[in-house]
Order: sequence, then C-alpha cells, then structure tokens
Amino acid sequence: MFFLDNAWLTWALPASAFVVILFFGRRLPGKGAEIGIAAVGGSFVLSCAAAAQWIGRGTIGEGEERVRGAVDHTLYTWFSNGQVKVPLGIHVDGLTVMMLLVVTLVSLLVQVYSTAYMHGDRRYTYFYAALALFTASMLVLVTSSTTIFLLLGWEGVGLCSFMLIGHWWEEKDNSDAALKAFFTTRLGDAGMLIGIIILFFANGQSFDIARLNRAALSGGIDHTVLVVGAVALFMGVIGKSAQFPLHTWLPDAMAGPTPVSALIHAATMVVAGVYLVARCYGVFWAAFRVGHHPAWHGISYVAVIGAITIVIAAALAFVQDDIKKVLAYSTVSQLGYMVMALGVGAWTGGIFHLFTHAFFKACLFLGAGSVSHSGSHHSFDMKKDMGGLWRAMPITHATFVIASLALAGIFPLAGFWSKDDILLTAGKNGYNAFMVVGLVGAFMTAAYMARTVYLTFYGEHRGGHHGGQHSAAGHAVDAPHESPLAITVPLVVLAAFSVVAGWLNGFGVHWFAEWTRNEVVVQAHVPEYKFSAPTAALSMAVAVAGIGVGLLYYLRHAFGPLHRATERSSLARAGYRFLLNKYYLDVLYTDIIVGSIKGAIARGAYWVNQRVIDGAVNAVGIGARALARFTYEVVDQKVVDGLVNGTGASAEGGGSVLRRLQTGRVQQYAAFLFGAGAIGALALVLYANQGAR
Amino acid sequence: MPSLLAAAHLDVAQNVAFGFLAASMAVAAIRVVTTKNIVHAALYLVVVLAGVAGIYLLLAAEFTAVVQIIVYIGAIVVLFLFGIMLTRAPLGRTANLDNNQRPLALAVALFLLGLLVYVLVDAFHSAHVDALHRPLRVGTTALVGNAIFQTYVVPFEAVSVLLLAALVGAVVIARRD
Amino acid sequence: MLLNEFLFLGALLFCTGVYGVLARKNGVLVLMSVELILNAVNINLIAFGAFRDTIAGQVFALFVIAIAAAEVGVGLAIVLLIYRNRRSIDLTDVDLMKG
Repeated sequence: MFFLDNAWLTWALPASAFVVILFFGRRLPGKGAEIGIAAVGGSFVLSCAAAAQWIGRGTIGEGEERVRGAVDHTLYTWFSNGQVKVPLGIHVDGLTVMMLLVVTLVSLLVQVYSTAYMHGDRRYTYFYAALALFTASMLVLVTSSTTIFLLLGWEGVGLCSFMLIGHWWEEKDNSDAALKAFFTTRLGDAGMLIGIIILFFANGQSFDIARLNRAALSGGIDHTVLVVGAVALFMGVIGKSAQFPLHTWLPDAMAGPTPVSALIHAATMVVAGVYLVARCYGVFWAAFRVGHHPAWHGISYVAVIGAITIVIAAALAFVQDDIKKVLAYSTVSQLGYMVMALGVGAWTGGIFHLFTHAFFKACLFLGAGSVSHSGSHHSFDMKKDMGGLWRAMPITHATFVIASLALAGIFPLAGFWSKDDILLTAGKNGYNAFMVVGLVGAFMTAAYMARTVYLTFYGEHRGGHHGGQHSAAGHAVDAPHESPLAITVPLVVLAAFSVVAGWLNGFGVHWFAEWTRNEVVVQAHVPEYKFSAPTAALSMAVAVAGIGVGLLYYLRHAFGPLHRATERSSLARAGYRFLLNKYYLDVLYTDIIVGSIKGAIARGAYWVNQRVIDGAVNAVGIGARALARFTYEVVDQKVVDGLVNGTGASAEGGGSVLRRLQTGRVQQYAAFLFGAGAIGALALVLYANQGAR
Repeated sequence: MPSLLAAAHLDVAQNVAFGFLAASMAVAAIRVVTTKNIVHAALYLVVVLAGVAGIYLLLAAEFTAVVQIIVYIGAIVVLFLFGIMLTRAPLGRTANLDNNQRPLALAVALFLLGLLVYVLVDAFHSAHVDALHRPLRVGTTALVGNAIFQTYVVPFEAVSVLLLAALVGAVVIARRD
Repeated sequence: MLLNEFLFLGALLFCTGVYGVLARKNGVLVLMSVELILNAVNINLIAFGAFRDTIAGQVFALFVIAIAAAEVGVGLAIVLLIYRNRRSIDLTDVDLMKG
C-alpha cells in the first residue's frame, strides 16, 4: 500500500516545484512551465496508483457495514503541550482518493493548456509558481487528517486564489476583485476558525477529524455544542464555496486568467467547502439531524443555504453577457447543488456531483478561454464579439456542447447521473421541497446553457476588429480559427471525462458509491438508493424542456410577448435590473453596511461633540460668567479688592520663582520624579518599621 | 546580621563566579553611564547583559539566560548600534554627552541605592537561594514552556499583540513620508 | 548563596541606570540606561523566583525581555524622528514644554 501510505508525496512534489520555479524558473528554457507540468504530472501518476491500490484494498465488515478501512498516518508532531498534541498527518480514504484524482488531473490539464493560453505573458513564471503552490495547498487540504492541517491548505488555496485573480494587477478592477475574493472568504474563515476551536474542545482537545466524526455520531458531544460548531464551521463553507449570501466574490474572480478560473473557481478550490462538509459529515449529520429517520428529521440549515444558492445564482446567469460570468454563476449554482445534496443526506450524490462537475465545468471554462484566445480577440462578451463560431472552431465547439449537455443533465452524460442521484435521495429521504428546488434548478441550468451555447457558437458572427482587454499573447489574428493543440487536447480529454465520468455510478453499477464509502458514512447509516427510472425520467424531461425553451426563445424567437418585455413592462424592467445588479447584495455590503457603520460612528461622534461636550463647555461658561459677575459686583469690588492688591505683588514674586522649575526639560522632571519616589519610599519604610515595632 | 562573606552554604564555585560576574558588571554598568564614547557605551552594555545572562545561569534559569543573550545582545544592542549610526552620533570621544544636572542625578541615584540596600538588609538578611542544589530543577525549560502556554497564556497573547503594535508603531513613526 | 547577593547587584544596576537616565543627554544613551534598569528588575524577578521555588519569576522575566524589545524599537524610532526633525538628539534641546 505504498501509494496510500505515502499520499503526502502528491503534495510534496508540487510544493517543491513551487520553490524550484520561484528560484530557477526564469533561467529554464520553458520558463518554469516544464517543472510545474512534470511535478503535477507526477502527482497525477501517484494519485492514479493510489486509486488503483485503494480499489484493490480489502474491505472490512459485512453487508451494510462493508467498507474499505482508511489509511491514517501521523507524519510529524508539530508541537505538543501537556496532553494536547498537534500532529500533522494524512488521512486517505475513498473521498480523499477521488479528490486527489480530480485535483491532479484538472491541474495537469490546466497547466498544459496554459502553455498556449498564457504564452508570452509578462509574469509567466510567476503564474506557474502560483499554480504549483495552489495544487500543493489543495492536496494538503484533501489529505489532511486534522482540522488544523486542513486549515493550512484552506488558507493556502485562498492565498493562491488571491495571487492568481490579481495576476494582471495593473488594472485596478483586477486587484479589486482579488481583494474582494480574499476579504469575502476571510469573513467566512473567521467563523470557520471559531468552529474549529469549538470542535477542538468538544472533541477532547484533539484536532483529529476521524475522531471528531466518531464522537459526533456516537453522541459523545453535546448537541448544542455540535450545532454551534457546525454552524460556525459552515460559515467557512459559505465563504469558500461561494454560497448565498457570500457568493458575490466568485463572479468578480473571473478577472483572473481563464485557466485560473477553470482550475480554482470551478473545479477545485471552490469545492473545498463541499469537501469540508463531506469530510466532517458526522458533525453536520448529527448537528442538523439529516437523514431519513422520522425522529431525526429536521429542516437542515445546510440544505436551505444550498437551495437558495441554486435558484438565485441560476437566475443571475440569465442576464450576464460575459461568458465567463455565466459560467461563474453556473458554478455557484452547482455548488449550491452539492451543498444541498449534503444537507439532505445525499452524501454520495453530493461528492459524485463534485466529481463530474469538475470535468465539465473545467471543460466549459477552458472552452470559453479557447474562444476568447482564438475566436473573439480576447473578449468574453457573448453579445458583442461572439456568435457563429462553430464552423471556425469545430473542436472547441464540440467539446463545449458536450460539456454543456453534461451540465444540463442530459442522458447519458456525467451530469445526468450525479444530478439524478441527488434528486432521488432528496425525494426518498423526504425532502420533497428540496427535490422540487433541484428540478427548478435543473430547468434553469439547461435553459441558460442553451442561451450561452447559442450566443457563442450559432447565429451571426458579431466579432469586430477592436483589440481585447487581456491582450496576453499580443498577437492579432484577423479571422476566428481553431486553437493550438495545447488548448484542444485538454478540452478533448475533459469532454471525454464529461461523458464517461458518470458511468462509474450509472447504468446499474455503483462503483463510485462503493469506492468512496468511508467509515463515517457507515457509522451514520447514510442511505443509498438504487437508480430509479421515474425520477430519472422526470429530471431528464425537465432538462430537455429547459434546453427546448432556451433554444426556442433564442433560435426561433418563440414566446413573442416575452421578447423585449423589458422595454414594454416596467415590472419586467425592474426585475431585469434587480438581477443585473445582483440583488443589490454588493450595494448592501459596501454602501449600506460598511457605509452606515462608518457614517453612524462619524455622526455619533459629531453629535457627542456638538451636544454633550460643547453643551457642557457652554454650560460651564455661562455658569462661570454669572458667577463671575456676581463675584465681581458683590465680593470683588467691595471686599477683596483691597486685599488682592496687596497679595498680587507677592504672588507675582512666587510665580517667577516657581517658573524656573518649569524648564520643559524632561530629565529634570525625571530627576524630581525619582527623588520624590525615593523620598516617598523612605517614608513608607520608616512607617512600616514603626508599625513592626 | 551575618556578613556576606559568611554565606551559609559553602558554594565556593558559585560564589567565586558570582563575585567575578558582579564585579565586572558593576564596573561595566558604571562605564555605560559615564563613558565619553557612545560606541564604547554600547559595548560596555554588552558586558553587563552577558553578565546578567551568567547570573541567570547561577540561578538555574538556563532558558532565560539563552533568551537574554539572543534577544538583548543579538537584537537590542545591534538596534542600539543602528540607532547610533543613523543619528550620526560622534563616534570618537565627545565631551558633551552629559547634561548639567549630574550632581542632582548622582544624589538621587545614591539616595535610592542607600534606601534599597537598607530595605534589603532589613528584609532578607538571612534568606538563602539554593536553586542549584535541587537536581530535579536543573532543567527548567519544559516548566517554563508549560507555564507560559497554560497558566500565563493570556499575558503571552497580550505580549504578542503588544509586539505587533510596537512593530507597526515603530514603522509608522520612523518612516519618511 | 544568599538571596541578598543578587538583590544588591540588582539594586546597583538599577541605581546606575537611574543615574544614566537622569544625567545623559544623548537619546540613545538614555535608552541604554533604561535597559540597565529593566535588567536589574529581571535579576530581581529571577532571584525571587528561585528563592520562592516558582517558575513564575522566569516567565515574567521573559515577558519583560519581550516588552523591552518593543520599547527599544519604538524608543529608537522616536529618537530617529527627533533627529530627523532637529538634526540632533540632545534631549536638553527638547524643551517645548518650557513654562
């Protein structure tokens, strides 16, 4: 079991590649790209070997309890203090192996793709260094056995995301987007840190995740503590996996280079939150009483957040003209699917959707990049610069359509099987409302993907001859043409996976479910359901209807009254504007929340200043004036005057003597201070001695 | 009142070491505050600080002794030397390093010293320290670590925040804008 | 060994430091004298810790060392600022509070 026991090698390779690229990358013939590709390729081979060993691993337990035992190793004890030990270890089970494969495969393809896409970029080497560090961090995250080590990877991917979104930081929009992504996820991470600390103490002062899951499922942790810990932990998920209401950073993150969008904001980093829920599933399962048992049935907070995210993000995808933004909102919506799946007890469905989604979404993003690279002069605007590209870019077109169909959930492509699994489990577990939300989401997904494909590849070509914003390559080619091999080969590979990845758990086989089963799932008795034709037919029908409606609307201009509705009906216009402004969430965050806090503090301080302080000062002044007049008229004039005239002269004399002490020289003051202190101490000593006698 | 020389335990080696350290520290400390050469003052300060580390060793506080050497001699004295360079202080002998209140300062210092000596003799004339006589106490580093991270973890965190504040503050004060 | 041996040494260092703070007019030298005072305090803390057989003395000595580092950093920054504004770090010139 060499490859399972030494799963740390998968992240050690890219981590060392990061260092090598950083220091020597510029001097190498390939500017560091070859190091990155070799390291991630090595990790991919290691992951494949680990997967093979995992599948070949014997099972323990019988019947329902049958499971492959996880590999758990402590690599190194970071520090120990009293009875608290903080080990850095690896925990490898089916979920980990699945994530290893997804992360290394997508990373490898993205790095190959970037050799063409980023060719000639001014920070090419730096880009590859950041990609290598990103892959290493993500692999640390998925192999970690403790929450603290997981947090290391979690923050590592956040950092790399920041570096890569702001890759072209010379434009202020890009660096703003990077900051927004960083700060928004940081908001969730604050909650996550609190959750980790709460669960650390609840878990008998241990960061170990496997032990945490066991304790949570066996009732070893008080339920209230568990709920608070799970809610806090889930804040991190909301931030990182772009769930409502912190999803606003992900579409802006499209400011980064397209391969980054594919790698980070579709296939790997954003699923870290989903992975966290799946990894700590015992906590969420017990805290929110997910599951099919009636006594355990409750409205799951996780599922509600996921369901809201599905619908609002899918609605936003309809009004975007930027192809990457459509895909970004689609990603948010699909992440909502995964989170909702985990919230309704569809553990396998959730991570299976993570698995399939990684392939077709990476394919879509890379396809969009290919279109902008070779077909639309580095623009991403579907309405202005695309259309009619299918003839010029056959491979991109074919792979994009396949991935879109997979995303829409068309039989027998990958998305169909995973989406179906989620809907089926939600229904069987009694979460009917969430199943309906899932179907609505599937319909909307199919419809907006139909719109996107139509606007990009069909109809009239609308491309002009103006230069794009991101002129990374700097070469201008007039007519749209197919992209080079380094771009098309990854597309084809990903499209192939978009077709076949679903078959691992489709057509009556349940390999994926069996391979990823882990001890937590067994201990929690997470239900598994066999494929059901009626549900599948329903979801398929919804998807086809979505595509049909989308195509009819854009291709045949059906539903006549709806066209130009925004120009005729003020209600439709208001709705459109509401969507275009992303539900005004950004306005809420930056202008209303931050603005009002800033303003309120300033206004409050001003009020205090004006009323309280000035008032007090004025009152004192008025009182003093009245008193002074009284004193002057009655006392001063008549009584004191005579006396004062006499003492005035002596006061002046005393003042001029004392004035000499006010030299303004600090050290002289210090000498008086020390002297006075010493004299005071002497007095104290004498007094104490007197008392003692 | 028993005299100093008639210390109860005959810790000859320790007392010899202490006497040597104390004498050199006293001389060096006085030179720090009287020397006419500002760089020499910093070097005499090194002697005092190293002597203090030696005293810590005599008191079986080996971890603190090492920290004393690293932080004080390694960092703070270097900082002082930087301060001397950056303020373009005269590097050779200079007459005017003292202000004109030396008599006052001397009086205050001697008065304090007399007072302290009187109090100490009065309070602790027969108190013994035998830190080095307990074999189990030879290694105190683990105890220090446990105390800092368990009993005194809140002050420890406060100190770390303070260091951060001082870092930011020093940068803000000293930068040219 | 007698406790007073250490305490006398601490007292001597303390008073030397006080003299330095009062009599030196170069800002850097004043800060050095402050270090003498802090070290005197540390000797006392550790001597009393050994005398009372508790680890707290060492812990607080370590805190004092950390705070001394912060103090020197900020103090030297202030001295630098004074130097930059007045081309001199003669503390007798800094008398804006003169009455």
